Amino acid sequence: MKQIRKLAIAASLAAALTGGLTVPQAFAQAKEQFFPILVYRTGAYAPNGVPWANGFIDYLKLTNAKGGINGIKLAFEECETGYATDRGVECYERLKGKHGGATAVQPLSTGITFALTEKAPGDKIPVITAGYGRSESQNGAVFGWNFPLIGTYWMGADVLVQHIAKKEGGFDKLKGKKIALVYHDSPYGKEPIALLQERAKMHGFDVQLLPVAHPGVEQKATWLQIRQNKPDYVFLWGWGVMNSTSIKEAQATGYPREKMYGVWWSGAEPDVKDVGEGAKGYNALAMQHGAEPNAKVIKDVLGMVHGKGQGTGPKEEVGQVLYMRGLISAMLQVEGVRKAQERYGKGKHITGEQMRWGLENLNLDQKTLDALGFAGVMRPVQTSCLDHMGSAWARVHTWDGKKWSFSSDWYQGDEKVLRPMVMLASGKYADEKKIKPRTPEDCKK
Amino acid sequence: MLYRENGQFKTSYQADQQIFPIAQDRLGVLLLIAFAFVGVPFLVDEYMFRAILIPFLILSLASLGVNLLVGYCGQITLGAGAFMAVGAYAGYNFLIRVPDMPVLGAILLGGVSAAAVGIVFGVPSLRVRGLYLAVATLAAQFFWDWAFLRIKWFTNDSSSGSVSVANLDVFGVEISSPLSKYLFCLTVLVVLSLAAKNLVRATIGRQWMAIRDMDVAAAVIGIRPMYAKLTAFAVSSFYVGVAGALWGFVHLGSWEPAAFSVDRSFQLLFMVIIGGLGSIMGSFFGAAFIVILPIFLNQILPVFGAIFGVEISTATVSHFEIMIFGSLIVFFLIVEPHGLARLWSTGKEKLRLWPFPH
Repeated sequence: MKQIRKLAIAASLAAALTGGLTVPQAFAQAKEQFFPILVYRTGAYAPNGVPWANGFIDYLKLTNAKGGINGIKLAFEECETGYATDRGVECYERLKGKHGGATAVQPLSTGITFALTEKAPGDKIPVITAGYGRSESQNGAVFGWNFPLIGTYWMGADVLVQHIAKKEGGFDKLKGKKIALVYHDSPYGKEPIALLQERAKMHGFDVQLLPVAHPGVEQKATWLQIRQNKPDYVFLWGWGVMNSTSIKEAQATGYPREKMYGVWWSGAEPDVKDVGEGAKGYNALAMQHGAEPNAKVIKDVLGMVHGKGQGTGPKEEVGQVLYMRGLISAMLQVEGVRKAQERYGKGKHITGEQMRWGLENLNLDQKTLDALGFAGVMRPVQTSCLDHMGSAWARVHTWDGKKWSFSSDWYQGDEKVLRPMVMLASGKYADEKKIKPRTPEDCKK
Repeated sequence: MLYRENGQFKTSYQADQQIFPIAQDRLGVLLLIAFAFVGVPFLVDEYMFRAILIPFLILSLASLGVNLLVGYCGQITLGAGAFMAVGAYAGYNFLIRVPDMPVLGAILLGGVSAAAVGIVFGVPSLRVRGLYLAVATLAAQFFWDWAFLRIKWFTNDSSSGSVSVANLDVFGVEISSPLSKYLFCLTVLVVLSLAAKNLVRATIGRQWMAIRDMDVAAAVIGIRPMYAKLTAFAVSSFYVGVAGALWGFVHLGSWEPAAFSVDRSFQLLFMVIIGGLGSIMGSFFGAAFIVILPIFLNQILPVFGAIFGVEISTATVSHFEIMIFGSLIVFFLIVEPHGLARLWSTGKEKLRLWPFPH
């Protein structure tokens, strides 16, 4: 008898538990737009993953504080991937169906992006990779569901080459120069190689490839090679602890930091803070924005989110480079929903398929950006069905020992170089996968 | 009471030698397989398929392969991840380079390539043993990691080093929905597990076990160590290679060498140790423990926190996940050093006496 009673209690408890878990979701479907967030707050890449996630969530909170998107509130849920591809896929599968379905997904890892690229067309969920992912996915005709908004690695590498050409006094001066690429040995780090080799052919400079194995704390051999070969410039394509290790090694080998240029994932506070003065003069690409403590949107976040005790991370980090990256990534997704609502009904829930239309027709002119509080932070973004990047502007910023400040004017990735490469690579992908590229007529649907 | 073989008389050699001599076992396994094929598809949702069951099936197969080598033949290997990678990349190359290559053929040829590579990297086992062999097989891991990252031919010159496959179909059936992927993996796993079960009961399996228990004595009674050890490496690598090809083709769809890093090798070895060395059943237990438990912890902890009104942050959850997972490993190794499979067989022993234990 006793056992039966125990059983009954256990069963009812279990029922209550599962019931309690599922019911609110059913209620929640109607007036919410769900944003799944794949993050890594632990592991070797956490120093960079955490501020990104905080920025992303703070912007969603800010949007909710301002009344949501035409009255639709944003629901969001985090899932820890640890930067591992299989856990990332698990997180995606876990979150994609919750709260009435994911609006879009931002993997924040090139490895996970590759895996989700295969799954997105089946699930009809756009994959937004603001500033990362596979460069050829800019071609929306082939990669219908990938959105490398406001920057790809090819574009980034192109801007860096333009910058040093300007420093040297013209592209013809690059002849015979040596550029070393110190990169994270993963799809992420390998992305810029194709562009650099293309540019090397055009201008006659020499590219040296120096891979660094995950997680990137072992770089003695790499920097020994740099000391022997004395490259004129070092490009750094690192992430997480690899960045600060590289800068420390440069300091140890005496390689001038002024000649080092990082990609936009190698140019934030966690990368240089520990090295402090030693990193002085180190440059990095700014994916439009840098550290923006004075932007209006940051003041809004501080006032309406952190001011009410609802901030996600430490207050001091609000407005730092990676925080801004997360915030802008969230903003692009929110604006995609807003755009989609313009067509499919204001104040309505947007599906993944409708979201794709919104992202493909994103048109953030300077006035809109200023109204959102992004004045001076970024330039206009306009996407189309065939161009999923939408903007190719970038700047260079430099660490002065205490903070990042801009050290160059705006550059734009050279379409004449990028476009043929994108078309070639995406064409190859389409052949391999037997994808029929979308025509302009298909886009109107 | 129910689980007792009293009265089941064997009247022929055939009956005496079948895989599951006890009728209840036979029935149980048949029911389990039937349930996996017919029942499960009605019960679980897409998330369960894609995120839990498919990885579980594939890693069970890999762990089964490792168990054949480590558990049955006693040769410790830390190169299992590399053999998975060989299976996946070889399968990929067969698929894209050979015209009209069927997917199943590519996957099996991936396994065959892994077997060939396994034989080569198994050669040191003829001279070194134990931990030294573990270190020697680690060389396979580093070599293949390097090869797939550096040699562009393997990745069909893809600019990022990542490869992908799509439009899988097997005998005209498209393998794209979660259910079809699940059934495909399950079929491969069932066929290969039955083969393994038979293999370890046959001459070859007995030779492996003799080598494992005492190789000098085995040599004295006429077992050739070279033949036994290398076949163990070949068969084990074949299983692991097929699992690797499935992992790439069916589960991930697009992968890079990092998917088969040294972490994967350790993971597979842990599965075998926790599940039970020298037990087919143990391979499944180990895989379940390592694949499902972390995901389960990751999801249950926030719910648990919510009951007590505490909101646990993502980072804390993931720290707790690692801590609990680690302590459970230590707990099981202390309480049951022979793995979860031993718990299973102890349970079966108890069941035989139930309800009248002496």
